[in-house]
Amino acid sequence: MTRDIAVVAFAQTDHRRTSHDVSEVEMLMPVLHDVLAQTGLKTADIGFTCSGSSDYLAGRAFSFTLALDGVGAWPPISESHVEMDGAWALYEAWTKLLTGDVDTALVYSYGKSSPGSVRDVLTRQLDPYYVAPLWPDSVALAALQAQALIDAGDTDEPELAAVAARSREHASANSHAQLRGAVPQGEYVVRPLRTGDCPPIGDGAAAVILAAGDRARELCARPAWIRGIDHRIEAHGLGVRDLTDSPSTRLAAEKAGAFDRPVDTAELHAPFTSQEVVLRKALRLHDDVRVNPSGGALAAHPVMAAGLVRIGEAAARVHRGESDRALGHATSGPCLQQNLVAVLEGDPR
Amino acid sequence: MPEVLQAPLVVEFPFTRSLGPVQSAFLTGLRERLVLGVRTGDGRVLVPPVEYDPVTAEEIHDLVEVAPTGTVTTWAWNHAPRRGQPLDTPFAWVLVQLDGADTALLHALDAPGPHAVHTGMRVRVRWAGERSGAITDIACFEAYDGADERADDRADQREPAGHSGEFENPVTGIVAAARLDYTYSPGRAQSAYIHSLGGRRMVGERCPSCDKVYVPPRGACPTCGVATSEQVEVGPRGTVTTYCIVNIKAKNLDIEVPYVYAHIALDGADLALHGRIGGIPYDQVRMGLRVEAVWTDDSRYPDHYRPAGEPDADYDTYRELL
Repeated sequence: MTRDIAVVAFAQTDHRRTSHDVSEVEMLMPVLHDVLAQTGLKTADIGFTCSGSSDYLAGRAFSFTLALDGVGAWPPISESHVEMDGAWALYEAWTKLLTGDVDTALVYSYGKSSPGSVRDVLTRQLDPYYVAPLWPDSVALAALQAQALIDAGDTDEPELAAVAARSREHASANSHAQLRGAVPQGEYVVRPLRTGDCPPIGDGAAAVILAAGDRARELCARPAWIRGIDHRIEAHGLGVRDLTDSPSTRLAAEKAGAFDRPVDTAELHAPFTSQEVVLRKALRLHDDVRVNPSGGALAAHPVMAAGLVRIGEAAARVHRGESDRALGHATSGPCLQQNLVAVLEGDPR
Repeated sequence: MPEVLQAPLVVEFPFTRSLGPVQSAFLTGLRERLVLGVRTGDGRVLVPPVEYDPVTAEEIHDLVEVAPTGTVTTWAWNHAPRRGQPLDTPFAWVLVQLDGADTALLHALDAPGPHAVHTGMRVRVRWAGERSGAITDIACFEAYDGADERADDRADQREPAGHSGEFENPVTGIVAAARLDYTYSPGRAQSAYIHSLGGRRMVGERCPSCDKVYVPPRGACPTCGVATSEQVEVGPRGTVTTYCIVNIKAKNLDIEVPYVYAHIALDGADLALHGRIGGIPYDQVRMGLRVEAVWTDDSRYPDHYRPAGEPDADYDTYRELL
């Protein structure tokens, strides 16, 4: 890497069970205005814009082109979109900044799960020949992984309940979270996972601004420097993977330099309690690391934005001086198939 | 603020997918009540089989026949089956490693309850009565009491036999039906627009930054990136800015061809919307033609636009709206 690039601003919506009173662009726009206002930048000052979303969620074709109305693409802007979580849009923006062509980038993502049935919608991302025709919903696949972990002795139901409780307890300090404070663990959704082990279903959006070098120092008192970022994917076949491990997370973390020095904070994108168990192991996080102080994806899970929120939350803690070295993680696909790891650092205080 | 509108929306599509040689053999095999795997370069047997080695990306094609019996490697009890899933009574999702295979297959296990399921349990394929060459030719798995049999003949240890993958009338494609149900909401700005249309008024929204009036409004000014909010009634008359002549009859559309589809700049709007032009022969429609909306008896939106009987608009009045 030849250029220092930092997250200099982060904004997110309040994540809600439904946002039917607003369209996607109406939901997104206040977040874009917020993140721009934090830096004093205008759309015309931004070198590159990249977004992440999926039309399947709300069943609205080309919703991302309408969402672009909220950016204000005049004069014409340099823009790109990924049909992935916004964390991967951030990765694309980071590579664009590395080229030296631009000094600033706006990254945003949004997801409205409320119009559809997200458990069923997510089956459409699966192997269309052997798996999708069986309509195995997202909770069912996570439950298969959870049972494999229990069988392997890596966790048990009380430990999963403790992950759920700790996450929502942390979220009580996060005004944007959807589930805050004590939430009953509830009945089985797909055994061994209970309601409390699953993420809330809801709508939301997030945005960050990246900047390089001195530009970052101008825009932010304490930039969250991206010391490393990498993403890795595993085979799509569930039956060829060891579901109790996440070699893709481990490798991404290694490439991002996460193991060079300990982090003090980790924001993990673990939509299901059992997945936090896998990620803690893969990332070698010990008890002295603050894991998901925001409450994580168990407290708010706007699909397509939840990964970007993790990086944003990690960066915001660096901005506020609450962390010196934080790890942000995002996942995509069933049972943690694909994983992105970013390591963020603040300048010494 | 008027009530935000909502309506059911069904997105349904029959995805037609062609198969590679390995997928074709596997799915045709299921039709013939036979489970095939594929052997990788390092000797592992993948079931379900894929065209490329998931580790090395090497193209693989050596097919072998594995047993219709196997062992559960993990499971999850689904007490509330959802639409499209293999069984409509409570069942277990299972990953099953078939005897002779090194990887596991995802499917459903029919069992009386979670107490009857455990990792390591022996199961066998229950074939569907009617089979077409699809993963659903396996209806599900069921418990298999094959312990004694295996003591004599360790079926799971036996080297699987090779298979040519050749069948009569091989399956070369699948049609995968997909249906997703949504509750569509157009949001604040478009709800307000649709409400106004119900009263036969066309109401746009003005950008507070550049003053442009958008019809229909979508809640944001696409050039300034700010929310529009001030409501502005436009029309009911407007000017044809450009048009095309449609010569192909669309399915389920009860309009005779040729007809004219036009961009119409309603008076007071800064963006043209589109609509059909009627009440005038198609070859007499022209840029600058003044038109007005025509509402049929109980319609919630204009059926078409017809000449308003005014002189044509001067080009300079609409050149910025092209």
